[in-house]
Amino acid sequence: MGNKAILNNVSMELWPGYVHAVVGPNGAGKSTLASTIMGLSGYTHFTGDIRFDGKSIRGLSIDKRAKKGITLAWQEPARFEGLTINSFLRAGARDKSIKNISNLIELVGLSPDEYINRAVDTTLSGGERKRIELASILGMKPKLVIMDEPDSGIDVEALNRIFDAIRALRENGSTVLLITHSMTVLEKADHAFLLCDGKIFKKGSIEKVSAFYADECASCDHKNKPIPEYADE
Amino acid sequence: MNKDELIKKMYDSIGEPHKHGPDVAHVEIHQNKVLGIHLVDGLHIDAKEVEDGIEVEIVVEKNAKIEKPIKICFGMIPKTGIQRINIYTRIEENAKAGIIASCTFPFAEDIHHIMDSEITVGKNAEYAYIERHVHGPKGGVTLMPKTKVSLKEGAKFRTDFELVKGMVGKLDIDYEAICGARSILEMTARVSGRGYDTININEKALLEGEDARGVLTSKIAVRGHAQAFVRNTLIAKAAGARGHVDCKEIVQDHAFAKAIPVVEVLHPKAHITHEAAIGSVDSKQLETIMARGLSEDDATDLIINGLLNPQ
Repeated sequence: MGNKAILNNVSMELWPGYVHAVVGPNGAGKSTLASTIMGLSGYTHFTGDIRFDGKSIRGLSIDKRAKKGITLAWQEPARFEGLTINSFLRAGARDKSIKNISNLIELVGLSPDEYINRAVDTTLSGGERKRIELASILGMKPKLVIMDEPDSGIDVEALNRIFDAIRALRENGSTVLLITHSMTVLEKADHAFLLCDGKIFKKGSIEKVSAFYADECASCDHKNKPIPEYADE
Repeated sequence: MNKDELIKKMYDSIGEPHKHGPDVAHVEIHQNKVLGIHLVDGLHIDAKEVEDGIEVEIVVEKNAKIEKPIKICFGMIPKTGIQRINIYTRIEENAKAGIIASCTFPFAEDIHHIMDSEITVGKNAEYAYIERHVHGPKGGVTLMPKTKVSLKEGAKFRTDFELVKGMVGKLDIDYEAICGARSILEMTARVSGRGYDTININEKALLEGEDARGVLTSKIAVRGHAQAFVRNTLIAKAAGARGHVDCKEIVQDHAFAKAIPVVEVLHPKAHITHEAAIGSVDSKQLETIMARGLSEDDATDLIINGLLNPQ
């Protein structure tokens, strides 16, 4: 990654069972934050620490983090030639019964009969693929799910299903971290962080962060060069 | 072991029931013995035992429509030996049939399975030949299927060769098809190699008639020290002929893969496309599955199994 620091000085705490959002301009480091928490390739060398359930997860591989209950819904989920939705969902589902897999497909508003044997490939639309990603996450019953730009590239119907899923995850006790620059998505959270230039610039209620984000960030000509006096203490 | 026990053992090894309904035609061949045969209306099968194998003639009568796939089980339960199969298949005009051939060598240590096949699909006839192999864990099989296909005007033919269970051993596929006017050909090979398996695939189709269509597809995964060489050749020499060559190979560990798609267009109104992709498992795919809790090895297996699934 050259000599440029990717993120810097991020410090944040997520409350279990709440929906958190990280907003910020392009290049602020939102997706880098998601990739670092998940331990993706190229995002494992950093100073500082990531603690989950009171223990450091530094040095843990992706699957070991997932086994602890952390998972990630990608902004552009991968496509798999020939891999059926049934097999894809079974990979992560705690309950691998056909009944549960069908329920998961139904939960995201798709017909199990029509979709269970379809491939997770390019024949699915962007919205369908995102719904299947969500179904996979719902099946995992994760403790922490990071959703990177959940609204990108999808239609209104799919977006509503994603909001339903966020609500379901919260009701089931999962902690959700939404990575977004959309006010519509931000409003679904309980608590928000504004990330700018790798720093948590504001944090607090949705009203506080969204008001600042709408008023100051939209027209900002200091993108990723934040004005220090605007920052939270 | 008597005939019934042998038939049961062969079907057990491929995980399929050994009993079939009366409307399902089936043939069971062990080494050079015909263990069982059951025909349905419109189907003729004449199997002759020779020294180290079988000569089989299959004819589907003109206008006959055989709705349920014909099941053929070839195999050898012993560890060593030769099985030479010569099959002559004729699907007559307007007829329709499909064969699912299961080839099983579950305990192979040194077995040669040599198949020489000629297939003629008559005018406006339809035929599908699906060949699934189940090998044992030792890879002691040398497999040499050779097929010549002739598609008459308006004929449709689909063949799918699958070897994804057990070790391949040595595989040398040599398929060739000549496609008449308005005929449609689909030729697919799906193979998973491990250990020191060697896989050679040579598929060739000549789109000779006007508006003939052809697709040659190879999906190969090689791991360990396995090697795969794929050469798919598609030639179009008539107006309106269309074709596509698709080769995907996943290479892991110390394995090696080489793909040569050859396309030739000999008529200005013909069109052929090709794509070949060779590489390791895509890192984003791998990380997606690992983020659901599967280890890297298990995630790799899942992705490869998906790729090798029949579509």
